[in-house]
Amino acid sequence: MKIVVCIKQVPATTNVRIDPETNALIREGVESQVNPFDENALEAALQVKDGYDGECQVIALTMGPPQAEAALRDAVAMGCDDAILLTDGAFRGADTLATSYTLAQAIRRIGDVDLVLCGKQAIDGDTAQVGPGVAEHLGVPQITFAIELSLEGRKITAKRMLEDSFEVVECRMPAVVTVVKQINDPRRASMKNVLKARKREITRWTAEDIDADPDRIGFQGSPTVVWKVFAPEGRKGGRKLEGEVGDVVHALADEILEIRKGLSTA
Amino acid sequence: MDFEFSEDQQAVLDAVREFCEEELKPKAEETDASGEFPWENLRKMAELDLFGIPVSEEYGGLGMDFLTWAAVGMEISQACTTTGAVFGAHMLAQYPLMLFGTEEQKRKYLTPLATGEKIGAFGLTEPGAGSDAGNVRTSAVLQDGYYVLNGSKIFITNAGPAEIYIVIGNLRPDRGARGMTAFIFETGYEGFTIGKNEKKMAFPSLPNRELIFQDAKTPAENVLAGEKRGFRVAMQTLDVGRIGMGIGAVGVAEAALKHALSYAKERVQFGQPISAFQAIQVKLADMATEIECARLLCLQAAWLKDTGKPFEKQAAMAKLFASEVAMRTTTQAVQVLGGYGYTKEFPVERLMREAKLFEIVEGTSEIQRLVIANHILK
Repeated sequence: MKIVVCIKQVPATTNVRIDPETNALIREGVESQVNPFDENALEAALQVKDGYDGECQVIALTMGPPQAEAALRDAVAMGCDDAILLTDGAFRGADTLATSYTLAQAIRRIGDVDLVLCGKQAIDGDTAQVGPGVAEHLGVPQITFAIELSLEGRKITAKRMLEDSFEVVECRMPAVVTVVKQINDPRRASMKNVLKARKREITRWTAEDIDADPDRIGFQGSPTVVWKVFAPEGRKGGRKLEGEVGDVVHALADEILEIRKGLSTA
Repeated sequence: MDFEFSEDQQAVLDAVREFCEEELKPKAEETDASGEFPWENLRKMAELDLFGIPVSEEYGGLGMDFLTWAAVGMEISQACTTTGAVFGAHMLAQYPLMLFGTEEQKRKYLTPLATGEKIGAFGLTEPGAGSDAGNVRTSAVLQDGYYVLNGSKIFITNAGPAEIYIVIGNLRPDRGARGMTAFIFETGYEGFTIGKNEKKMAFPSLPNRELIFQDAKTPAENVLAGEKRGFRVAMQTLDVGRIGMGIGAVGVAEAALKHALSYAKERVQFGQPISAFQAIQVKLADMATEIECARLLCLQAAWLKDTGKPFEKQAAMAKLFASEVAMRTTTQAVQVLGGYGYTKEFPVERLMREAKLFEIVEGTSEIQRLVIANHILK
C-alpha cells in the first residue's frame, strides 16, 4: 500500500494580512505551520498504516519554496516514511489548477500510489479545490469532506460531512480523499522523532523531475486572476433582550414578525 | 558567547511550547483543584519523550542536555505548575542514577524513569534532618543479602504515585553524614510503606508524603554509589535539584506575569486600561526584568553543568533568586489585579501561594545563601 498525503505550509495565524498592492498574502514575519486540515490527512494516513496488515508506505508531498521543507519535516516527525518537496522557480504563482496538476505529476512519478489524502482545504486560500483537482488530473475517483474512512481490500468507504447531512460513499482505489477536521485528532510527534526528522534527507524534485508541461505550471499555467481581495467588515454584536421571560418572548416574537413583514414587502 | 538555542533545542522547545499551550495550560486550574496526581498530563509527556531529556539514548532518554531540560521545565511549569513540580522532582530520582548507577542499575531503574514509564522520587528529608541534611536517622543494616532500613522520611514529593525511590539511609546514625548511604527502593518492597499526604498551603495535587521503613528490605545490589557515600549522593543530587526548583519558580513567576499583563490591558479605570498608568507599568517592567534574570541564571547553571564546569554556586544562586522572584512577582501580580487578584476567580492568588514553596523546598533561601557564601569566601 502506498499513500501520498498532500500538505501545504501556511502562515501560523488565522489573521492573514494581504498586501493591498499585489493582493498576495503577506508572509514576512509570520511563522509557518502545516495546514491544520492536512495534519488530519496525515493522521488519517498514519492510522491506515498503523492498522494495515502488510507493508504500507506514507509519503508526504508538498509544493513550495525551499523553506516548505519544514512542513515536510513535521510530517516525517509525525511518522511519514518519506517526504518530497516540489520546488522550482517555475512553480511560482501557481493557482489551484496549476498546483493540482503539479502535485498530480509528482504522484505519477512516485508511481503505484493507492490512496492520496488531502485536507479539505488550506486555511490561507480556503479554496478546497486542490484535492479534487489532483483527482481530476490523475483521472481517479474523489471523495471530499470525509469524516470517516475505512479500507477493505481495494474498496474505500467514507462518510462525507455535508452542510446538513452525512453521506456514505464507496469507491475503488486508487482514489483521492479529502478530510475534515472532525475525522481525527492528529498525533503529536515525540521528541525523538522531531530530532530524527531534522536529520532526514528531504527529496527535492523540480519541474523537470516530474516531467511537467511548462505551460501548465506556475504563473504560466494559472488562469485564475485575483481581481480584488478585501477583509469582510467585522460583524456587529447582536442585541440582547433583557427582562422577565414572558416579556422577552413577546418582544422577540414582535421583532421576528417585524422582520418577516420587512422581508415580504421587499 | 552565544545565547541562541541550537536548532535541535529550538525544535524541541517549539514542540513543547505547543504541547503546553494546547494540552497543559487549558487544564491547569482543573489539575490544581482536582487534588489528583496529574497522570494524564504525565502520560502525554511520556509519549513525547519529555522525561529523559538529558539521559543518554542507551537508557531510553533523548540524549540531549540539562540546558534543554531546564528550558523545557520552564515551559511545563509555566503552563501547569503542578505538572512542572512533578517533572522537577522526577529528576531527583534520575540524576543520582545517571551519576552513580551501575550498568545494571541504570538498565533496571534509570530506563523506566527516562521513558516516563515510571515516576521517581527522592527521599532525604526527615523530621530531624531538614536544613541539617547530615543528620539522617533512618538506620540501615546489611543482613543476609539485604539492607534493612528503619525510620521515616517526610515531605517526599511524588511519593505514592512514584514507583522508584532513591532513599538516603544511615549505616552509622551516630556518626551523622559519614554513615549516610543511598539505596534504591521499589514500591511494594517488604516493610516499605507510604504514609500520609501533607495538607499544604498550595499544590493539593502534588503528593508530599511520608516514607515509612519498618524493617524495610532492599537487595544488597540496590546500594547506590557504595556504602557511606550517601551524603555526597544527596549533595550532588540537590545541586541539580536546585536548578529544577529554579525553573519551577521561573514558571510560576512567568505565569503570574502573563495574567497580570492581560488583566492590565483589559481592566479599565479612570477611562483607560490600567496598563496605561505608569504605576502599573513600573510593576510590570520590574516583574519582567526579574524573571529574565532568574531565567538566565537557571539556564547558565544548566549550561555550566553541561559543559562540565563547576555549577554548584550558580545552581544555588538560580534557586535562591528564582524562588524569591517568584514570590515578589506573584505578590505584585495579585496587586495588579487588586480585589480580583485576591479572589479565587483568578489564578494569581494560587500562584502566590505556590511561589512560597520554592523559597523553602530543597534548601531554604537561608541555606542557599550559606552555600553561596561558602563558595565566594573560599
